[in-house]
Amino acid sequence: MKNLKALIQEHPFFAGLDAAYLDLLAGCAKNVQFAAGEHLFHEGDPADQFYLVRAGQVALELHVPGRAVEIIESVPAGEVIGWSWLFKPYLWQFDARALKAVRATAFDGRCLRGKCDANHDLGYELALRVAQVMMQRLQATRLRLLDFYGQRP
Amino acid sequence: MVNAPDIAPRGTLADPLLPEPWRIAAVRKETADTFTLSLEPVNGAGGRAFAAGQFNMLYVFGVGEVPISICGNPLEPAPLQHTTRAVGNVTRAMWKLKAGDVIGVRGPFGSSWPVGQAAGRDVVIVAGGIGLAPLRALFHHVLGRRQEFGRVALLYGARTPEDLLYHTELRGWARRRDLDVHLIVDRATGNWQGNVGVVTTLVGRAPFEPKNAVAFVCGPEVMMRFVALELRKRGVPEPQIFLSLERNMKCATGFCGHCQFGPEFICKTGPVFRHDRVKPLMNVREL
Repeated sequence: MKNLKALIQEHPFFAGLDAAYLDLLAGCAKNVQFAAGEHLFHEGDPADQFYLVRAGQVALELHVPGRAVEIIESVPAGEVIGWSWLFKPYLWQFDARALKAVRATAFDGRCLRGKCDANHDLGYELALRVAQVMMQRLQATRLRLLDFYGQRP
Repeated sequence: MVNAPDIAPRGTLADPLLPEPWRIAAVRKETADTFTLSLEPVNGAGGRAFAAGQFNMLYVFGVGEVPISICGNPLEPAPLQHTTRAVGNVTRAMWKLKAGDVIGVRGPFGSSWPVGQAAGRDVVIVAGGIGLAPLRALFHHVLGRRQEFGRVALLYGARTPEDLLYHTELRGWARRRDLDVHLIVDRATGNWQGNVGVVTTLVGRAPFEPKNAVAFVCGPEVMMRFVALELRKRGVPEPQIFLSLERNMKCATGFCGHCQFGPEFICKTGPVFRHDRVKPLMNVREL
């Protein structure tokens, strides 16, 4: 069985990370599993975790009164879920539910923030990587706003 | 089974502007506003050779004529198949036709997907919405000669699960171990448990070797621009990316100029282009 450091190192989110940070990160991490249908977190709850999805698929969902729960986006293996741990007020903005059985590496958000505060180089590295994910999701959301499939090709 | 030609066949009629009568053998509803016509020649002849990516001009008598991609199997060209969406006068009239009705056919016209260039390489097919129709012919070609290619991935996005074309075929393709089929929708309706998001996000996740892959893309033009960007980011060389464009095609023979796109006539040098050939034109707002 691979240890936490190896799992962190091989996840695409941490590709190319300086090996010196692995011990720091692994100190805040644990492996977790969720059965299909199980929630990783709920909107409004404290955002105290950050997940590297290693297998399965997660749906980010929003409950809209009078309508069924809407899947905003799906997050597959190889990607990450949750950045609210990094920003005040540290509360989840959406629900996250396993669409398929999920295996993930979960980081304690408070622990990670503490290490980022103590080691700004690590903090900068993490902030850049989270910003990259945010940018990709923002761009994808902008494209979806175009509703381009409605046009003729 | 016949060989699909490397060079796309042109209209075989003596007069390429004269429609030939073809009978509708079957009409299959694909989604709420798209349908597939299966056609057979009224004169009882066999199918008409075409290459994947080419189009025919379909004429609804008394209404008008529209260019529609051929979506059947080029290795088994009978019956002639076209999928279209009922959006204009002609296609809405076509939507009302039934098996046994007769329409006019001219073609095939235009360039084809350069499938020969993908031999021995990975094949990445990226489709959006009804853009899967012209790629279906290519997909059939690749499946018919599966051993000639490396990995084959189909990345297909639509607005909702109900808007995905060819449901039955997609299910069959998804079950095959020698294909990677990834579907994604903008909005998850019903009991959809698959990917939710935009098709561009699938490019980074699909299993293929970028340097040794050939990508074939069809969908709304803005989608193709961003898919090409993602393919380049992934490392697919520019000359290995091909797109199918659409403009206002009328004569289909390069005479009328309605489909002019800068120095190109889409009906004649297109609709399939290598990305680097049309990329500068796709960013010109007036075109």
